[in-house]
Amino acid sequence: MSTRTDGHAVSTSDAIDVNDPEVSRFDIVREGARRDDIEIVHYEAQFPVPGTKAERRITRVIAAMFLLVGLFATAFVVAYIWWPWQYKPGTGAGKLYTPILGLTLGLALLLVGFGILAWGKKLLPKEVSIQDRHIEPASDEERKITGNTLVYMADELGVRRRPLLGVSLLAGLAPVGAVAAAPLIGGLIEQPHKNNQYFTTGWKPIDGKLIHLTHHDGTPVRPEDVSPGGQITVFPGIEGGATNKHADSPVLLIHLREDDATEAKAANDRDGKQNFMWGNYIAYSKICTHAGCPASLYEQQTNRLLCPCHQSQFLITDNARPIFGPASRRLPQLPLTVEEGFFVAQSDFTETVGPDFWERP
Amino acid sequence: MKRRRFDLAAVPGKAAREVDDRLQVNTPLRSLLNKVFPDHWSFLLGEIALFSFVVLLLTGVYLTLFFEPSLREVTYDGSYRPLQGTHMSAAYASTLDISFDVRGGLVMRQMHHWAALLFMASIIVHMMRIFFTGAFRKPRELNWMIGYLLFWVGFLAGFTGYSIPDDGLSGTGLRIASGIILSIPVIGTWAATAAFAGEFPGEIIISRFFILHVLLIPALLVGLISAHLGLVFKQKHTQWPGPGRTNSNVVGERMFPRYALKQGGFFMIVFGVIALLGGLVQINPIWLFGPYEAGVVSAASQPDWYVMFLDGSTRLMPPWQINIPIGDGYVIPPLFWPTVVLPGLMTMIPLFYPFIEARLNRDRAIHNLLQRPRDVPGRTALGAMAVSFWLVLTLSGANDVIADKFFISLNAMTWAGRIGLIVVPPIAYYVTYRICLGLQQHDREVLAHGVETGIIRRLPSGQFVEVHQPLGRTDDHGHGELEYVGWVVPKKMNRLGALGPAIRGFFYPIEKPAEAPVSPGHPPVEPRPEREEIGSGERR
Repeated sequence: MSTRTDGHAVSTSDAIDVNDPEVSRFDIVREGARRDDIEIVHYEAQFPVPGTKAERRITRVIAAMFLLVGLFATAFVVAYIWWPWQYKPGTGAGKLYTPILGLTLGLALLLVGFGILAWGKKLLPKEVSIQDRHIEPASDEERKITGNTLVYMADELGVRRRPLLGVSLLAGLAPVGAVAAAPLIGGLIEQPHKNNQYFTTGWKPIDGKLIHLTHHDGTPVRPEDVSPGGQITVFPGIEGGATNKHADSPVLLIHLREDDATEAKAANDRDGKQNFMWGNYIAYSKICTHAGCPASLYEQQTNRLLCPCHQSQFLITDNARPIFGPASRRLPQLPLTVEEGFFVAQSDFTETVGPDFWERP
Repeated sequence: MKRRRFDLAAVPGKAAREVDDRLQVNTPLRSLLNKVFPDHWSFLLGEIALFSFVVLLLTGVYLTLFFEPSLREVTYDGSYRPLQGTHMSAAYASTLDISFDVRGGLVMRQMHHWAALLFMASIIVHMMRIFFTGAFRKPRELNWMIGYLLFWVGFLAGFTGYSIPDDGLSGTGLRIASGIILSIPVIGTWAATAAFAGEFPGEIIISRFFILHVLLIPALLVGLISAHLGLVFKQKHTQWPGPGRTNSNVVGERMFPRYALKQGGFFMIVFGVIALLGGLVQINPIWLFGPYEAGVVSAASQPDWYVMFLDGSTRLMPPWQINIPIGDGYVIPPLFWPTVVLPGLMTMIPLFYPFIEARLNRDRAIHNLLQRPRDVPGRTALGAMAVSFWLVLTLSGANDVIADKFFISLNAMTWAGRIGLIVVPPIAYYVTYRICLGLQQHDREVLAHGVETGIIRRLPSGQFVEVHQPLGRTDDHGHGELEYVGWVVPKKMNRLGALGPAIRGFFYPIEKPAEAPVSPGHPPVEPRPEREEIGSGERR
């Protein structure tokens, strides 16, 4: 075995006497490695002659990195304390607060890293060590002993001799498992069809009173609020109707142009949805029947509604039938009418709103 | 009594002896210090994941000090003027406060998000290196499974994490999640109602996600990561084949001091890069999205990139709805297949891949040496197939943005994805397989005929031949006698030391050999007199 140890005259891997005052510290290290089944086969100082120009240069570079770390870290703290940081509209020095923090912190950390790396890679001796893996599996005898020790534990417990104990323990533990499950099931599981919640929305008439179509701020919508070819999002005119409490209720109210309205009305009639439209106005649930995103991108020229999440497309003039993408069910239509100049819903949706589920009839 | 002299130099030794008397750590400590680690750049990929996880824990704890996980409605009155007076959830308002009203909060938030992206990215790349080099083979199947679960747990950590600010984008993601739960046959409505405590969105989901995100999932991650590292430590690292390396040894450096220094330095670099990203590169600017409202969405709603493959699969799925005409009728919505069934398959098959491969190859041996991907063309091609499948899905997750930026029809992008998902993976398989065989063949060719020198010789007959430099002794026919050993075959003259490296270092060429000694892996490079004549054509 060839070794180059640069000043450490060790040529044998035999054991050495660590108490011998002649042996160097490296010899002792090597002896320790040997006892751990590690052979240091190659150990080579990067700078065998101390104090060369190259060594001093690298030392200087690393020292400079560490000093810069201090500089950047200080800069971070200084900027953190004194740089204007509060948000102001427009441009200003405050906009640079986060970038400066990131830059100073990042550079400080990077330089710590590069300094340490350079120290390890450029200055420390290079070595190749070989360690034995000990992959030989334990002998069959050892395995047998351990196996028997394990099995003997069962013997000691004597379950086979005293079966009553085992049975009674199981019988006792099963309800304990149920105790663990009960709060989870009892606390979390709810009857999903309480109040018929998956089939009703905020548009369900309250005490026979029809629900107004309202803007986001709660003011009722009049027909002249939507120009021909235009569309707005409307919400049920009830308490919190525009909030996420009624996440199934947003509706897209569209004022179709004459030709499209005729077409849409014919499609409605074919489908038994007479009088769902009011004049040239038509209203569809905004909640995509695919995954529940708002299907809100309205392409006026083609009369398509596009859901931006998964690109399902619905044809408004044909009962909002899905014509492309992953959605398989049309958008439910809200039956419209006008009372005293304001839009109201004749009833709740006649189809289920939102993503599909198993028990949807 | 005579006062004893106090010997300062003996204090550490004495203290160490006292400690060892009590704890008996001497020998275990020494073998820990001496443990040998093999070194290769690709072994560091997993470490990036580990280090970014540390950064995630540090920044995450800081964020919890300011975040309020609640859907309670508040009116925003913080310093971000465009949203002042808007009704929003306390979760969203407190995230805005972290971004605008906590000094340095934004840099922490962005570092947390960037660290999460880096965590997932390094997990995936690390997993690919494990797969393509066969590092998952016996005895490391269990660790492959743990690592694979780490991906999915990290996925959940990421999803819960970017959902809890309750901004416009994450609320849409949450709504899709509720749609996915609803789509599960039979138990869908029950599961969704249980998760959201009522119909979407309910009032409690953010608090539930919060406790998942800051306690349960991190605890699981810490447990799995500990097991992962513990197994690596116990089973020792795999290593590439090479001089002196066998299946039953580890060739490398002792852990201390050099290896540990390099690890420490690398950690600081990962940390530093995350800090730079967190400060300089904006991510998830929730103040631009506004609070979540069920009726509002914008185009280009994408999840974080590691979730995009699921978004893509959802987009590509044709509208195949299964109706079951029993009673009132039941439905299996198309959403079920790409978001529940596909991830299920994607979890289970790779999880057991080590056993599947061992069974197919009837391989029961213990493997501690890595394989070069070219040497196992079947596996490499399979991996390329899986990666291309995943890539098509991920790109399809952004197909609206691609369609917009490259002026392509959106529907054409969807169709390209649908067809590509079926066509691209087999092509990737075939091409990869052929490339592997080609590379194998070239290795054998160089071993048999030697390295191309670039020297053209004209024979007396007028024929031109290229001179090849054999790598070792040759037989009577001039063919090399070296066997392929599963490691890099030198293919350029400067690899043999016949030429100086064309470019050393990143930024400037050095013609003179370095004055520092070199390691055994790289033999000393001496410019030879004849070097000028040879000329590699690559010298600067």
